[in-house]
Amino acid sequence: MQMNIPYSIETRPDTGLHNAKLGIWLFLASEVMLFGALFSSYALLRVGAESWPRGADILNVPLGAVNTIILIVSSITMVRSWTSLLKKDFKKFRLLLSTTELLGVLFLVIKFTEYRMKFEHGLYPSGSTFLAIYFTMTGLHALHLLGGIVVNAYHLILGKRQWNLNPEKFTHRIEATGLYWHFVDLIWIILFPLLYLT
Amino acid sequence: MENHETQISKPKSRLIFLSTDHKTIGILYGFTGLLFLLLGFSIMMLMRWQLAFPGQPIPFIGSWFGQDRAPGGIMLPEFYNQLGAMHGTIMVFLGVVPIVVGAFGNYLVPLQIGAPDMAFPKLNLMSYWLYVLGGLCALSSFFMPGGAAQSGWTSYPPLADIATTGQTFWLIAIIFLALSSMLNSINIITTIVQLRAKGMTFMRLPFFVWAQFITGFLLLLAFPALEAASVLQLMDRLAGTSFFLPSGLVVSGQPLSVSGGGSPLLWQHLFWFLAHPEVYVLILPAMGIVAEILANNTRKPLWGYRSMVYATIFLGFMSFIVWAHHMFLTGMGTIISGFFQATTMIISIPSVVILLALLISLWGGSIRFTTPMLFALAFLPMFGIGGLTGLPLGLTISDIPLHDTYYVIGHFHYIVAPGTVFAIFGGIYYWFPKLTGRKMNDVLGRIHFAGSLVFMNGVFFPMFILGLAGVSRRLWDGGAQYQFAQHVLHWHEFMSISAWLLAVFQIPFIVNLFWSIRKGKKVRENYWDATTLEWAASSPPPHGNFFPLPEVYRSPYEYSVPGYAEDFLPQNQFFGEGLKIKEKG
Repeated sequence: MQMNIPYSIETRPDTGLHNAKLGIWLFLASEVMLFGALFSSYALLRVGAESWPRGADILNVPLGAVNTIILIVSSITMVRSWTSLLKKDFKKFRLLLSTTELLGVLFLVIKFTEYRMKFEHGLYPSGSTFLAIYFTMTGLHALHLLGGIVVNAYHLILGKRQWNLNPEKFTHRIEATGLYWHFVDLIWIILFPLLYLT
Repeated sequence: MENHETQISKPKSRLIFLSTDHKTIGILYGFTGLLFLLLGFSIMMLMRWQLAFPGQPIPFIGSWFGQDRAPGGIMLPEFYNQLGAMHGTIMVFLGVVPIVVGAFGNYLVPLQIGAPDMAFPKLNLMSYWLYVLGGLCALSSFFMPGGAAQSGWTSYPPLADIATTGQTFWLIAIIFLALSSMLNSINIITTIVQLRAKGMTFMRLPFFVWAQFITGFLLLLAFPALEAASVLQLMDRLAGTSFFLPSGLVVSGQPLSVSGGGSPLLWQHLFWFLAHPEVYVLILPAMGIVAEILANNTRKPLWGYRSMVYATIFLGFMSFIVWAHHMFLTGMGTIISGFFQATTMIISIPSVVILLALLISLWGGSIRFTTPMLFALAFLPMFGIGGLTGLPLGLTISDIPLHDTYYVIGHFHYIVAPGTVFAIFGGIYYWFPKLTGRKMNDVLGRIHFAGSLVFMNGVFFPMFILGLAGVSRRLWDGGAQYQFAQHVLHWHEFMSISAWLLAVFQIPFIVNLFWSIRKGKKVRENYWDATTLEWAASSPPPHGNFFPLPEVYRSPYEYSVPGYAEDFLPQNQFFGEGLKIKEKG
């Protein structure tokens, strides 16, 4: 017999939250500080540098732009998969979440193609401060996206059972995953202009 | 409210190491943390031999460390540096924080707010195991070629960037610990916000819970900065980047072949952005523990509960904008120094508010000198010394001569050792009856207290004398090579002997702890006649804690309520019409 933790499914009236929702927002606050520290490091290193290359001269702007569009679309499909759960349409949910998943994988494929192109030209993290920060920040972002893909894969494979068992709980899970997905998307939307366009 | 009902349930796993029960995890955290505390203390005792008798072979155990660490039992400077770095790392990250947050927070927060468990029991278990992984990572670095991390617990680059492999393990350990404390703090904050029992408003929370709440936010928002910094330093060490390596760096006469352009100051900013809030992570839960013990043993409400709560919130905010007072000597510029001096002076105000409120709480109380109360009472002046000696370090003019001397060590050890560690001891004596249904032996407890109080001061007070004489804190020989230090060096021997005697006086505690688990005197559930909710559960509380979940009718410290027969009125006690008691809070 599992013990019931209060408000893991239903909303607590005086706070207006269920546990997972507060939990994921706190997690995202922590993530903001993690990337905030890296963005601050970027600013400090760039201000202190004697010269700083133009991102477009080194990085592949069209590929970066395509990746930006891919992530934005994946955010839309992610949120639509959640709303279809709210409408009790599991088939549509599965279609939309699979699309999200595919787009996420596509982003990573393009990202690693970019990395490979850099390596082929002898551009490694040790080359310059710009390359170091580029590889570190986009690498950490890619790791975050990979985490999101793994969680979504779990939802795709085991979702049907959980949906049948407890639809409300499953919807909460998708909502929390979605919030994380949008956050990872948002980080890229800041990274792209910062690294590629300035 | 149908989900408030909890069935009597068995934890899913019978294995203690896989239990998701917050009490089991809390106890695991506690024992692991105490082990690390003992290890960190043992490391320090080794260092104290070297400081008191530099260059002499370590007696009895000198041959244990091998030829590459201590040839002929004489400690090498490299080994001394490893011990120094690991003492700090173990004490802060693996000892004290896991005990005050992981053990006390995990065990007590759900009980004190009337919750059946933490909000995310599985994450709770995961955060414990990440902590163990981090700890093993840190310890395994001792066996790496070149030994453990040796760049101090602060790991300043460029030195740390080019140090031996042990440093890489230190960084990986820090990343594990950052993840662990992030999960733990998410859990504690969510639990406090979401799982408070019916009637438990924020202003009815025991002060300990408030302290844990603010501590949770500090860990949640400050640790990522060190996590980011560790990632960058790992890149420096493994991928050859130069985040913290400036251009034109020369090591052992050879120019370093790196791209350069990095900033060693960047590490210091990121490190102290964590490490200053971390100081309050060390002290706030300790204040919470002391507040609980004081209120219970003075038999009166805490004086100025609300101002203490507001001071704690303010302290939490301010702790994020004082970090650079650790960096006055780096030449940040006078404007930045001026800003951080001002914020540092401001942050001392809420600390003083809390300390004074605790002190005034004693006024007019009918004090019971129980063993936990002795530790709580000793906490007040000890923390006071630690706090007051910190003020000169917050102002550039006095920090410049004192920086990196023994004075700094004396200052923060007064806060952490006779401060936080005394609160930990007091907390263990105080809540032991709740954990086991038995009490710890008072005679052994008093011996432990008296010895610890005397010898803690014996270890740390002379540090002020050495520091004011200008002796640097990081010297392998304790300053023997300097002419100006000769007239104070005899204190090293005094401090070392105090440290070893301090260890002797921990033996009664260890004996007491294990003996009392099985053989201690059996006591009733609310042994201390306390008012907070953990004492409404049975001892030890079963899985699920309360059946049914309690309801809360009043503020946490309703002791000696006029017109009420008992001198304590528990938070969950309903009173009938006949009792005329004004409800507060």
